[in-house]
Amino acid sequence: MIKWWKIAAVLLILYTLIWGMLAPVPRLNILYETIRNLFYHVPIWFAMIFQMGYSVVFAIKHLSKNDLRSDIVSNQAAQTGLFFALPGLLTGCMWAKFTWGTWWTFEDPKLNGVAIAILIYLAYFILRSSIDDEQKRARIAAVYNIFAFVMMFVFIMILPRLTDSLHPGNGGNPAFGKYDLDNDMRMVFYPAVIGWVLLSLWILDVKKRLAILTHEQNQ
Amino acid sequence: MNKINKLIIMAISLLLPFLVNAQEVTAEPQMADTFRSEGKIYVVITVISIIFVCLIGYLVYIDLKLRKLEKK
Repeated sequence: MIKWWKIAAVLLILYTLIWGMLAPVPRLNILYETIRNLFYHVPIWFAMIFQMGYSVVFAIKHLSKNDLRSDIVSNQAAQTGLFFALPGLLTGCMWAKFTWGTWWTFEDPKLNGVAIAILIYLAYFILRSSIDDEQKRARIAAVYNIFAFVMMFVFIMILPRLTDSLHPGNGGNPAFGKYDLDNDMRMVFYPAVIGWVLLSLWILDVKKRLAILTHEQNQ
Repeated sequence: MNKINKLIIMAISLLLPFLVNAQEVTAEPQMADTFRSEGKIYVVITVISIIFVCLIGYLVYIDLKLRKLEKK
């Protein structure tokens, strides 16, 4: 009944929820047990970036094949990605409050970049809702989607690496070096990333089917 | 002075059985108390897992309902 990858998503996340709390982690000052947030906060953002990537792939597919179905998928994936930004931001604020001492800081380029990226994607939805003609809306939205994805990538993956950042893996050094992650943590972190990406795909699957049904009914 | 000292020692020695008794009360037999050990972290894990399973159950419910609609 339920597809195998949906079951895999649930099992992987359930494993990381339980073992993520119990697994041995490095004992570090300031961070203490909050280092375990890595198993929950970071995979949420991975899922968000994955959804945005999914969205831009279908935007390009729409431009090359001109089918409305791809446009629907692209739109729904962008919505799902933006939804995942919400828990990502909230958990990030919580973690920042208890380690950096503030809910939000404009000193950190990654936080600023994420704020800008979210605004860029909000503009995508405003752009969509402002065009009535279906074909026209799909084409313009697809072109803007490519721009939005590139800008998001620049703002949260490239620019934070060029300056000093409070986030590990930024300010020159690549992420997930031996100082950020040890092998015990990898055993939880990688399954968590796969699990949350699969779960975001499940949510997208449901949203997409609903959107296609509504679209067919309106015709 | 000596008499007072002797009285104090006698009073303490009379209390000794009660002190031993108090110690015996705190030493409980070993039971299956996993959920009470390690700062009760297992309780938190159970709560998180229940919330997650409930959410997934809801998602499965929506998914199946949608499948019924699609078949129509």
